[in-house]
Amino acid sequence: MSRWVSFGGAILFLSLVFYTSFSALEYQWNWESALRYKKKFADGWIATLWISTLSLFFAFLIGSLATLCQRVRIPPIRHLSMIYVELTRGTPLLVQIFFFFYVVADAASIQNRYIVGIAIMAIFSGAYISEILRAGIEGVGKSQLLSAKAIGFSEYQTFRYVIVPQALRSSLPALAGQTANLIKDSSLLSVIAISEFTLNAQEVNAITYSSFESFFPLAFGYLILTLPIMWLSRSIENRLRFET
Amino acid sequence: MKLELESVVKTYGTQRVLDSLDLTIEETMCLALIGPSGGGKSTTLRLLAGLESPTSGTIRIDGNEIAHEYRQLREYRQRVGVVFQAYNLFPHFDAITNIALPLEKVHGYSRGRSLEKAGMLLEQFQLTNHRFKKPAELSGGQSQRVAIARAIAPDPDIVILDEPTSALDPEMTAEVLEAIETLIESKKKLLIATHQMGFAKHAADTVAIIAEGKLVEVGNSSQVIEYPRTARAQKFLKAYLKF
Repeated sequence: MSRWVSFGGAILFLSLVFYTSFSALEYQWNWESALRYKKKFADGWIATLWISTLSLFFAFLIGSLATLCQRVRIPPIRHLSMIYVELTRGTPLLVQIFFFFYVVADAASIQNRYIVGIAIMAIFSGAYISEILRAGIEGVGKSQLLSAKAIGFSEYQTFRYVIVPQALRSSLPALAGQTANLIKDSSLLSVIAISEFTLNAQEVNAITYSSFESFFPLAFGYLILTLPIMWLSRSIENRLRFET
Repeated sequence: MKLELESVVKTYGTQRVLDSLDLTIEETMCLALIGPSGGGKSTTLRLLAGLESPTSGTIRIDGNEIAHEYRQLREYRQRVGVVFQAYNLFPHFDAITNIALPLEKVHGYSRGRSLEKAGMLLEQFQLTNHRFKKPAELSGGQSQRVAIARAIAPDPDIVILDEPTSALDPEMTAEVLEAIETLIESKKKLLIATHQMGFAKHAADTVAIIAEGKLVEVGNSSQVIEYPRTARAQKFLKAYLKF
């Protein structure tokens, strides 16, 4: 009970801060014109949902592959994977989007900008997922590896039955966080005119001369996607805490 | 079994853990390694288990030298059961899977037969009620008994136990030592590193004291523990009697 009271209190406090800020701004709300474009919001939201879903799928493929490559005993492959991860993590997504869209996709003559967008997000997120998985793998205790050795497991069996299950478990919270990041980061695809949620909201903005009437639904739309993922991640984290 | 370690050296970086260890035992069913922590007991057992290779020197068991080559070494490890101080069970599998999985994946048992064998072993160690528990839900004593069951499940030639009771309280120590005694009764060949002098004296037939990476003394277990000949062994055993 007291938990809900304090939670309500926190919400109330934040609402008050927003309210006084907007009062000071003397902002003229005009929800009607923005609401006329609710289909545009819905379309954008759905586009963001499936762009994120597909990107996530490929990001996992790329991320897992990059992690595996870093464990291979062939140095060039290992270095290639390392360079990919570090370059991708070390440069702004915006730069990557422009680079892939105007240089790589153009050279490969890929016309469909949605395919390019999904590829960019998958490559970008894949680098982070690879790092998360690598940390998970390195977190598997030495004693576990010794035990697997003593049992007579081959290297493949050790990886399959000992390392992967434990690494995945310990990586789950971070992977959930990365999923939420991917959804939010996909908003940057608006710069290459992919009509996802953010671009559509900006268009409503421009048509109706409103600003916050389209930005608030935008924020809300992203929260609907990201909050459940964060909750899921938290509950996984709690469950894992009891297990070990 | 016959054990021969000849000028065995094992270094980790600059640290010389085994410093030309010589140890020959003509015949033993249960050898206890005793000695101070960090003296080289665990390392000796790891070499005997084929988990690591010596930096130099040779190790022969029943006249056969332990291989250095990966494939042969893996084959050798499959014929040796190992129990660690910290149990080292797989935390994501329940007790029965911890025992059954190696039987299925390494020793070619069918799934049904591996589970059946694991179930029998759990019963033998009074763990049937705990068969579906994860290691985190087991007490230390229960975990260690599961680990012993896992080690002996494929009927290994030798069972190696590295300080199996050092992480346990006296009650759990007793329950694990009882489990080990049943192995001795069933004529399993054991190599055990332990700080339990009483157990070493009555359960092992041979005792070797290892300190500072060298063999200090070896012989009949009660003889060595009650009447140590060397000054180093006397000093070590006196510390036990004092407290």
